[in-house]
Amino acid sequence: MADIKVRIAKRVAKEMHDGDVVNLGIGLPTMVPQFIPEDVVVTLHSENGFAGLAGPVTEEAEVDTNVIDSGGTYVKTVDRVKYFDAADSFGIIRGGHVDATVLGAMQVAPNGDLANWIIPGKKVAGMGGAMDLVVGAKKVIIAMTHTQKGNHKILEACTLPLTAEKVVDMIITEMGVMEVRPEGLVVTELHPDFSKEDIQEATGCKLIFAEDLKAMED
Amino acid sequence: MIDKIITADEAVAGIEDGMTIMVGGFLGTGSPEILMDALVRKGVKHLTVIGNDGGLAEGQPANFPGKTPRGIGKLLENRMVDHIIATHVGVNPRLNEQFADGSLKYTLVPQGTLAEKIRAANYGLGGILTPTGVGTLMETEKDELGRDKITMEIDGKKYLLERPLHADYALCRASICDKFGNFSCTKATKTFNYVMAGAADHTIVATEKLVDIAEMDPDTFEIAGVLVDNVVEGEPKWQI
Repeated sequence: MADIKVRIAKRVAKEMHDGDVVNLGIGLPTMVPQFIPEDVVVTLHSENGFAGLAGPVTEEAEVDTNVIDSGGTYVKTVDRVKYFDAADSFGIIRGGHVDATVLGAMQVAPNGDLANWIIPGKKVAGMGGAMDLVVGAKKVIIAMTHTQKGNHKILEACTLPLTAEKVVDMIITEMGVMEVRPEGLVVTELHPDFSKEDIQEATGCKLIFAEDLKAMED
Repeated sequence: MIDKIITADEAVAGIEDGMTIMVGGFLGTGSPEILMDALVRKGVKHLTVIGNDGGLAEGQPANFPGKTPRGIGKLLENRMVDHIIATHVGVNPRLNEQFADGSLKYTLVPQGTLAEKIRAANYGLGGILTPTGVGTLMETEKDELGRDKITMEIDGKKYLLERPLHADYALCRASICDKFGNFSCTKATKTFNYVMAGAADHTIVATEKLVDIAEMDPDTFEIAGVLVDNVVEGEPKWQI
């Protein structure tokens, strides 16, 4: 499982470009920065109120209680950090000033529909900033395991309440890389551990395989 | 009135059972703790609370646990809240406990929408149009006051009309504030404190550092004291 997460995070890191402003969701997406090459400088946006996140504080002596990330963890910042309030933070998000957001999903559909915030009848958490992020970010990358306990997560249509309509651009799983295109969900990379049949079987909608299908690296 | 200083207990004296209050902060960081403590002492009940989340319970966050609840968490710990209007209610365990026993109801609002609804109330707008939430439960479910949502199509794009969100009291936290109420919040403590100041009938600012009028360069302050009714000093810096 650890290897799978590393594989996904490494592949997401390749989508980061020098100068990008990026917002990472909790969990797997937070593993991405360690795999971004040194010559690619991205600025991490933390929706609770700053751009310039460095990473979690590990030593008590380093804690500044005025600086948490959106998960509530005490964090460090880079020198160019700029703090702002909630209105400015979400103006930056909705206004299209975030180049990419990376987050997990419960369900995704080939038209880009995304469900990742609520399961009716289960304990409620709330959308936080997720609905704004996926609507506002220029590129929405879903980083997730391909299935959940054998159940399909990529479906013809989402059955859970949506986070947003038609917002997902790319899905990266341990099996491959898929892009949401007008013709449907196109597999652009396939991991050598899996065949076309394997990834199709693990997917609840028809996949299209790119003519220049590449191997997904570990 | 140039000197707006009062005590925390005086500041919350007018907050009665059943009122609506908005509280700055994000998971406790940037919340006016001395005003929360004063509300707990007053023992007011049946509040509607507007804030990003339910603050923290004792022992949170996980990496450097706090010894007491924080922010709105103090009101929840004492079961003073009937309705919470927030963006995220999954962190403080008191929330789901009180949803489950039926004593607390919630209305979820996307974070950017919450900020703009409050800002609309503060700055005299009839509402705001946002693409966030189109095609979701935010469009089909009723709002915090049980009203149907309105959608509008502007130049071919669909938006939700989100109405202003106003409160009886806005309780904010400043890092530095002068006696007139001009204030600023350091680093990631700004959160909702800036949009909330002025979005209520009464705005109270609890400040870590209090300075005299004209003691600082006016540009030190990001929020105008004309939006602030009273200032309370003695807000502590949070200690882990």
